[in-house]
This record gives sequence, structure tokens and C-alpha cells, in this order.
Amino acid sequence: MKDRFNLYRFASPATFYPLAGKMIPWFAAAAVVFGAAGLWLGMLVAPTDFQQGEGYRIIFIHVPASWMSMFIYLVMAFWAAIGLAFNTRLSGMMTQALAPTGALMAFLSLWTGALWGKPMWGTWWVWDARLTSELILLFLYIGYLALTAAIDDVRRADKAGALLLLVGVVNIPIIYFSVQWWNTLHQGSSVNLAKSSMAVTMLWGMLLMALCFWMYSIAIALARVRTIMLERERHADWARAELAGKQA
Amino acid sequence: MIYWNSVGDFLAMGGYGFYVWGSFGVTALVMTIEPILVARQRKNTIARLKRQLRADARAENRSPAA
Repeated sequence: MKDRFNLYRFASPATFYPLAGKMIPWFAAAAVVFGAAGLWLGMLVAPTDFQQGEGYRIIFIHVPASWMSMFIYLVMAFWAAIGLAFNTRLSGMMTQALAPTGALMAFLSLWTGALWGKPMWGTWWVWDARLTSELILLFLYIGYLALTAAIDDVRRADKAGALLLLVGVVNIPIIYFSVQWWNTLHQGSSVNLAKSSMAVTMLWGMLLMALCFWMYSIAIALARVRTIMLERERHADWARAELAGKQA
Repeated sequence: MIYWNSVGDFLAMGGYGFYVWGSFGVTALVMTIEPILVARQRKNTIARLKRQLRADARAENRSPAA
């Protein structure tokens, strides 16, 4: 029972708030370090691609942004399920904090994809399975934010948002497997556990950039969730004490 | 170790400069603006909550019965 006790302790805003505050600088610093290393390898050291020339270098942000856009959604769906099952306060705060960053990652995935598609395919956009399902992901993020913003009662907004997130989660495997299930213009996965089609420096550059995007997303979501916590828990003793300690 | 021969080469990106820098530029912009917006929102929220807290305290002082 000791484990459960600890879990609940960290799920309580009074414990989570200061912990998150201490962790943010570390995640932000890690994002900068991984980003610098990834850009160094990807933009300065990695050789050119024999098919796509230098245009392939868009991969160093396109793939990390696409991964994050899907992963953040999965994390939100996880919190949504916890929230609906156990009625935890933290769940709704977490999904609210993650949604804008997830939406931005989906936008960056589409934006860099369009800028990559134009020179390689000759078009900014096609309505193929991979691109369309990623666009739906962006709409799911925007829909979640609009829905929760439209409902005044916070707990009801959380519940409605959680339902939307759980219904929309079917879209994630569709995005992920779309290049296998359908015949699409989008290329297959570049990273394969058994045998990667990429040069070693390219692969490392991309993995470092992915780590950078991870750390960035964690740092920004923690920063956002702290503000949401303070706002929602403003009547709690710890929040009053926190506000009283802050300079006006 | 560095792949490029000159800064000009690097910026040109083998003719794909517009697409590569258009991607990296917008990403950099997003990752700069988002933290600024989050920080500003935090500042505004804290200021508003402090005002509310002070207003609540004044209201309590005026009517001790409540």
C-alpha cells in the first residue's frame, strides 16, 4: 500500500506544484542541450541524401514534431481515462496544459510536411491517408480546447473534454499505420528497429532532436499546468500561501 | 567534420533553402513565442488571483459576521 500512498501524494496539487516548479529549468536546459547537439549533427555534420539532396534535412523537425503530436495526444487520452475512472482533479489540469502544445506540434508537422512535400512531390498538400489523419489530429486538439473553453463549469468541461479525447484516440493508430494500410504518397517509416534506412549521423541527429522536442514539451506543459493549478485551487491553503508569497 | 564548404552553401541548402529554412524558421518562432505566452499568462493570472484574494479579505473585514 506504500506505493499507492506515494502515487496519491504526487497526484495532489499541493505536492505537485512545487515539484513541477523545480523540474522546469532542468527540462528546459535539457531541451537546449539536446537541440544544440541535434542541430549540430543534423545540419552541419550529416551528409546529403542521395535521393532528396539537402531538402531531406526537414526530417530533423518534421519527424520529432509528428511523433510529439501523436504522443501528447496519447498522454492526454491516458489522463482523460484516469479522470473519468477515478474523478481525479489533476487529470483535467494535465490535459488542459498539454493540449495547446499538442496542437502546435500537429501544426508544425503539417507545416514542415507541406514545405517538404512541395519540392519532393510537387505539391503542398494531398488528401492522402497520412496527411488527412494528421489534419484530423490538429482538429481534435482545437476541438478539445474549444469544447472545454465553452463550458463554464470546470468539472463538466473536464468530463466532456475527456470523452472527446477518448473517442478521438482511434485516430492515432490510423495516423501511425496509414502508410502501411493504404497506398499513400507519404513515405514509409524512416526509422526501423531492425535496420534503419538512414546514415548513422542522420539517425543520431534525428533522435537528439526528438529528445529536444520531448524535453521542450515536458517543460512547457509543466509551466502551463502550474498556472492552471494555482487558478483552480485558489481557495486551497497552499495556493493562498503561494499567492501571498508572490510580489504584486 | 563539417559537411559544408562555405556559409553560402549552408544557407542555400542545395537549392532547398526556402523549404528548409521555412521549416526551421517557423519551428523556432513557435518554440520562442509559446514560452513567452505561457509566462505572460502566468503573470496575468497571478496578478488577477492576488487582486481577488485582497478583495475577499476586505469583504471579510467589513462583515465579520459572514
